[in-house]
Amino acid sequence: MSTAAPPEVSAAAAGQASIADIARARWEAFKGGDVGSVPVIVGIIAITLFFTAKTTIFFTAVNFSNLIGQMAGVTVIAVGIVFVLLIGEIDLSVGYVSGIGSVMVAEFQKSGSSHDYPGLVAIGLAIAVCAAIGAAQGSIIAFLGVPSFVVTLAGLLIAQGMIIYLLGTEGVIGIQDNQILDVANYVLTKNTGWIVAIVFTVVLAAGSLGTYFSRRRAGLPTGNLLLTIGRVVFYGGLTFAVVAICNHSRGVPLVGLVVVFVVVLFSYLAGRTTFGRHVYAVGGNAEAARRAGINVKLIRILCFTISGACAGLGGVILASRLNSVDLTFGGGTLLLDAISAAVIGGVSLFGGRGRVSGALFGGLIIGMISNGTDLVGSADWIKYVTTGTILLAAVTLDTVARRRQVAAGR
Amino acid sequence: MSATPAPPPILELREVVKNFGQVHALRGVEFEVRAGEVMALVGDNGAGKSTLIKCVAGIYSIDGGEILFEGKPVSISGPKDAAKLGIEVVYQDLALCDNLDVVQNMYLGREDHDALYRLREAPMEQKTAETLASLSVTTIRSVRQPVATLSGGQRQSVAVARAVMWNNRVVFLDEPTAALGVAQTRQVLDLVKRLGEQGLAVVLVSHNLTDVFEVADRITVLRLGQDVGVYEKSATSEQEIVQAITFGKQDAEASA
Repeated sequence: MSTAAPPEVSAAAAGQASIADIARARWEAFKGGDVGSVPVIVGIIAITLFFTAKTTIFFTAVNFSNLIGQMAGVTVIAVGIVFVLLIGEIDLSVGYVSGIGSVMVAEFQKSGSSHDYPGLVAIGLAIAVCAAIGAAQGSIIAFLGVPSFVVTLAGLLIAQGMIIYLLGTEGVIGIQDNQILDVANYVLTKNTGWIVAIVFTVVLAAGSLGTYFSRRRAGLPTGNLLLTIGRVVFYGGLTFAVVAICNHSRGVPLVGLVVVFVVVLFSYLAGRTTFGRHVYAVGGNAEAARRAGINVKLIRILCFTISGACAGLGGVILASRLNSVDLTFGGGTLLLDAISAAVIGGVSLFGGRGRVSGALFGGLIIGMISNGTDLVGSADWIKYVTTGTILLAAVTLDTVARRRQVAAGR
Repeated sequence: MSATPAPPPILELREVVKNFGQVHALRGVEFEVRAGEVMALVGDNGAGKSTLIKCVAGIYSIDGGEILFEGKPVSISGPKDAAKLGIEVVYQDLALCDNLDVVQNMYLGREDHDALYRLREAPMEQKTAETLASLSVTTIRSVRQPVATLSGGQRQSVAVARAVMWNNRVVFLDEPTAALGVAQTRQVLDLVKRLGEQGLAVVLVSHNLTDVFEVADRITVLRLGQDVGVYEKSATSEQEIVQAITFGKQDAEASA
């Protein structure tokens, strides 16, 4: 499709692209299999409309606030999964590793024990333990070449066993530390919420316009200025809308901020740093990456370490939310929800394609279905069947998109 | 070319031997390439072309003989040594990441970054566009296109451009036209000629003698792990090269 490019458009063509050009390029890419965020946005709108029609509670400020709390843990875990999927591997251990994170944070803060640490220290230690588990699994995969599917399956079982061992005969640890409880339960004051929205919008505007003008200064082709401003206004407006809705009930939950922070941090890591570039390269063509001098083994280990650390933070959030840790932690649908969130968010199971922000959108969809079916009072089977169907659709879309991209390329 | 005193070869192999157990892949091969020339390396399957490339690229270590760079003996014991000397190989599979765009592929593993490992996209994009323009690669619409969306000739061009962007002095091209159609072969052959004109030493490995005769200045023929000889393009014919490839020099002379 690109061989027919008009000769006057050279590789160095500078200047501002027109909106029509951008729209045409997006449409070409869409036809070529790069569907972008279209299915996710359509999905979110459809689910919202469906549950709003079914129950009056769904589309309310209180429920929105609840939804943020419900999706937070899974979304953070899914962010870690994104890195593992990007290098074309899988991590099945994240569910129970997050359970380890929950148990660890509860254990480290336990009053009366020898390690009665302050909340933030306990959180840091719990995340570090999970990161170490991820690093260990990653090392086995990278150095010994054992398939990640098997290594993390073993990790899943070992982590599950460790949770049972650590919780011992009591089977439950209560959380009294206020810092830990605040992670999932603290609500920002309304004014703080507004300040956060302002800061977020200003940073977003500075980043977008900064990129635009630095590219223009360098004489490189830029996007459309109007579209850039439009995007900032849209996302800024969305932020203010979210804060407004939350403030309509109790306020913005701190955990929502944590999720956004994690997503932004890891998006930056994936999109703007050499590490992120190398992650995509390993996922796209590991042999090419190796020949280009990239330390493929190190990248693999680091991705599994990130996966473990995110699972740990997710576990802390889940533990904080329920005020205590018991034997059910890390089990249930947590693992599959986290992987589904990443895949539904457009991260390819074949490696090399997808964005960290996909975890947020995927987590939102998974959270909305779970939240909505609970509100409607549907039987559990409906929740599972719906989530399963959406996951199947997402993977099918990914596979078809990949095939079309290859076909469009040659 | 033969009239003027020939410049010394930038890369020279003397009596290079490479064995894989009982298999003698290279049995005392002589090979040289000068800056500014396109040297073709031809031979039948199993003649030792790939082995020779991998020895020079540092993937295999040689078992005998010596490699000279600018007249000085060098030891190439890994791809890094080869890269340091300015020897780059573009393999047949191109080693591109389909999911990354042209700029990202050109800078793969050598990204321009600041102290915090943040990527400096603007200079990378500028340099990529300049490099492609200097090689007259004009068919690529945007350097921000994923490589997956490029045609075979464009992909080859990107791989070659990447090899020359890093001030490399000797570039090996392994079967660059094997998978290409007529128009795209044209593109790549023009590119190969331009590399020679820009003062690089280019080694073109190819089965296609038409392509070889179009762009090469000299032709080295390998047969059964030995060099049959070096032929000036102006003083030989396709038929002579085919004879040399299939029967070696003596037989070719005997049958002539």
